[in-house]
Amino acid sequence: MNYIDSNLKVVGTRPIRPDGIDKVTGRAVYSADTRAAGMLWGKILRSPHAHARIISIDTSKAEAVPGVRAVVTAADFPEIASEEAFVGEGPMNFRDLSTNIMARTKVLYEGHALAAVAATTPAAADEALALIDVKYEVLPYVIDVDEAMADGAPVLHDDMFTAGVNPKPSKPSNIAKVVTFKKGDADAGFAQADIIVEGRYTTKPVHQGYIEPHACLATYNPDGQVTIHASSQGHFMIRAYTAKLLGLDMADIRVNPAEIGGGFGGKTLIYLEPVAVALSRKSGKPVKMQMTREDVFRGSGPTSGASMDIKIGAKKDGTIVAAKQVLRFQAGAFAGSPIGPGCMCGFALYDIENVDVLGYDVVSNRPKVAAYRAPGAPITSFAVESALDDLADKLGIDPLELRIKNAAKNGTKTHYGVTHANIGFEQVLAVTKAHPHWTSPVAPGNGRGIAMGFWFNIGGESSATVHVNEDGSVTAATGSPDIGGSRASMGMMVAEVLGITVDRVRTTVADTASIGFTFLTGGSRVTFATGMAVTQAAEKVVEDLKRRAAQTWDIPVEAVEWRDGMAYPAGSNAGAFEPLDLAALALKAGRTGGPINAEVSVNAQGAGAGFGAHICDVKVDKETGHVEIVRYTALQDVGKAIHPSYVEGQIQGGAVQGIGWALSEEYIYNAKGQLDNPGFLDYRCPVASDVPMIEAVLVEVPNPRHPFGARGVGEVPIVPPMAAIRNAIKHATGLQLTDLPMSPPKIRAASDAAA
Amino acid sequence: MARQHVTATINGEETDFLCETQQTLLDTLRDVVGLTGSKEGCASGDCGACSIIMDGRLVCSCLVLGVEAEGSTITTIEGIADGEKLHPIQQKFLEHAALQCGFCTPGLIVATKALLDENPNPTETETRYWLAGNLCRCTGYDKIIRAVMDAAAVMRGETV
Amino acid sequence: MPTVVLSSGGSCRELTGGLTTFEVEATTFRRLVLELEQRFPGLGKQVEESMAVAIDGEIFQDAYGAVLKPGSEIVLIPKIGGG
Repeated sequence: MNYIDSNLKVVGTRPIRPDGIDKVTGRAVYSADTRAAGMLWGKILRSPHAHARIISIDTSKAEAVPGVRAVVTAADFPEIASEEAFVGEGPMNFRDLSTNIMARTKVLYEGHALAAVAATTPAAADEALALIDVKYEVLPYVIDVDEAMADGAPVLHDDMFTAGVNPKPSKPSNIAKVVTFKKGDADAGFAQADIIVEGRYTTKPVHQGYIEPHACLATYNPDGQVTIHASSQGHFMIRAYTAKLLGLDMADIRVNPAEIGGGFGGKTLIYLEPVAVALSRKSGKPVKMQMTREDVFRGSGPTSGASMDIKIGAKKDGTIVAAKQVLRFQAGAFAGSPIGPGCMCGFALYDIENVDVLGYDVVSNRPKVAAYRAPGAPITSFAVESALDDLADKLGIDPLELRIKNAAKNGTKTHYGVTHANIGFEQVLAVTKAHPHWTSPVAPGNGRGIAMGFWFNIGGESSATVHVNEDGSVTAATGSPDIGGSRASMGMMVAEVLGITVDRVRTTVADTASIGFTFLTGGSRVTFATGMAVTQAAEKVVEDLKRRAAQTWDIPVEAVEWRDGMAYPAGSNAGAFEPLDLAALALKAGRTGGPINAEVSVNAQGAGAGFGAHICDVKVDKETGHVEIVRYTALQDVGKAIHPSYVEGQIQGGAVQGIGWALSEEYIYNAKGQLDNPGFLDYRCPVASDVPMIEAVLVEVPNPRHPFGARGVGEVPIVPPMAAIRNAIKHATGLQLTDLPMSPPKIRAASDAAA
Repeated sequence: MARQHVTATINGEETDFLCETQQTLLDTLRDVVGLTGSKEGCASGDCGACSIIMDGRLVCSCLVLGVEAEGSTITTIEGIADGEKLHPIQQKFLEHAALQCGFCTPGLIVATKALLDENPNPTETETRYWLAGNLCRCTGYDKIIRAVMDAAAVMRGETV
Repeated sequence: MPTVVLSSGGSCRELTGGLTTFEVEATTFRRLVLELEQRFPGLGKQVEESMAVAIDGEIFQDAYGAVLKPGSEIVLIPKIGGG
């Protein structure tokens, strides 16, 4: 059923989230908040070298430390055969996942795990780690993506022969694969262009920066049953990967989803759980593991750093006739950067006849990249949206008009083969053009920048159940970890379908043994896909309730209608019966067929793509190089905002992560390839005093493929900020920056060079 | 390592516990006293997720030793509400949707309490700078600042 | 007959010997995968495991039953996730 044009009573309002009180009183239970009797503390030994062969690991002295109950290395994990897969939210080989959580023959980045201990106190575990004797043969390392591609670069994997080139190379290299996307004839297009802009853009790796470090509590019981308490973006993922990496049966593992303190893609795969389970198996006790903040920076996957070349050609009237991009993304120590989406997203917003994008997936000696909010898109759009602004300057056309002129519409075919349908880009552009931020004059000395962003959003597999309890209250459970308030939206959709108030619906996140398989919380999919499942489950319950009312009144079921939480006879011919509410029907559930519940599993298709436009005013202090964000507006097509506050929250949060990416966040390495800034002091995320209020403008263009019109919203907002700020800096100072982050030293250097 | 016996007033109750001399107050609160509301985000005083009020002063409990709590008065997130009655700060955080994952929320609420204890009428700028020691990665701070300003108005009796 | 277009150069071209556009007889996605595997060993498996398809412009990530009409255009693209 489709509720898009209905008079909605709950969906679209702003109730307090059901888990809210627990979260503001400190009662909510996150990954590290539980204990178990006899629990041991697990800690991991990490490589101090960026690249080295492991000659030997001697754990005997560590095992002798009082309090130590188990020590594990790769020898305690089965060898996993090479198996290409889609791990978490990106391509990865399972053998690489296994090696990533526990190195076998080589360490491939500073921070690479190679041994772990479990002891009765954290201090004893630390003491034991220090006594593990590892003999390394230190090897030359390479980190920068261009350097990793160059001839003569240290090669990380002897068996890496670039895929996607013909003929296949005979020598191994660090280029895992090459991908290409073509539409029309770019060379011919450029020949037709009146104006061409070209540029080279570089970005540094940035971390998702979730405040909660990875943690888990794992118990391997004597009967072979495993229980894991951990936060993640997918407890079914934890179960599947832990089973695979340890050679266990999935049915023997039960994962309880703890509340999660941020993920943004970085918790769509695992690091600790198999290690904790292995330690528990060896010691016979529950094992708790917690990454330190340094471990998080040194040992978990940030996103790619990149270098990009771009060329765009247009006619004098602003029609873009050709676009070309070459992208080189760091994958980290193992293959699997978001080069695919990176190649697809940059030009997806525009109707361009001739497009040619080439992408390289390149390994180097740093942690394996994990997904980070719209993986690949923020990087590629930094180049595209900056180049388009430069093009607008050269053409003498307003940058927003340039986008409007070339905007993709319903029916536009992208360069990667998808035809846009049910998109809201035109509407976003129209709202942007009329918005007071855009129409207001720029304060003297300040600069204004604008940039656009796109993300596909995905659907996928979700399961949900709706139960009517004996007193008429409702429990709705799904398999989707709640990372940003989705629990509230689930309850609201159920309440809307049932016709009751949202406070009568209790929403929970069920563990892996209590509900059907549900894919990750990521890809902006939960409100769309899990929302679809929970809506369909509620609809099944409504059909069931109508049948029970019909049975109670002894009339045909077609003569029953459901309205405002009650069954009514449909019209006076059906009979003069008093309406039956949920409580009344639940009371007689046993007599009308048994318990009232429905479970629905879906593989949701038809996820609606999202488009965003960000406007940013900056003031640049040329002496210090400091950039102040004076005003920021983020406009986005959000389908239907089920709970508008949480939709606004996604937009504001993504925008501020983008501000950090633009101005201050980066990995800084020393001469040995070790991270110099593995902490929040020197890895500078935005703080409250760094940003103004972020005005989030919700443009509702319903997605007809979802019962309420919902569209994914979480990822689009991180795509435009970097170029919006870069363009604003350009308009304030004339400086054309092409390297992220645009931190004070870089702005000073550019100012000095320009002078 | 011999454990030390410490007595302190935590959330209005006299509490005593044993902790190791090198254990931080954060670890002591979480692992010994059982108050897991204060969170470890960095253990180096840079994120504020472990914020508590100690003898009237806002501190990062990861930068204080458990033994330093001897004789002190401590308020953690667990002591902000009055039994089942939420503090206006907590209520406004919920109304404004000033939390998404909620991990930074305990520290932010405690830091806000410390702010409003000292300055009942902060400007937006004063609020932002006071809370600059509390990292939030989910919200972009917008709704948090609105919640704090609104809570301050409630506490001044200007609104509900 | 439905036409398949390889959008991502990737390893697909290696498996098809350089061919980037060709016709198929399949009428559902499942039959397409089987046909691709038969004609270009390894390609069907790769499509099923690590790729998404756009059928007449719409993305399908994994649906055996998705229908291919006689003039359908199927584009093979990398699987899309998120963060």
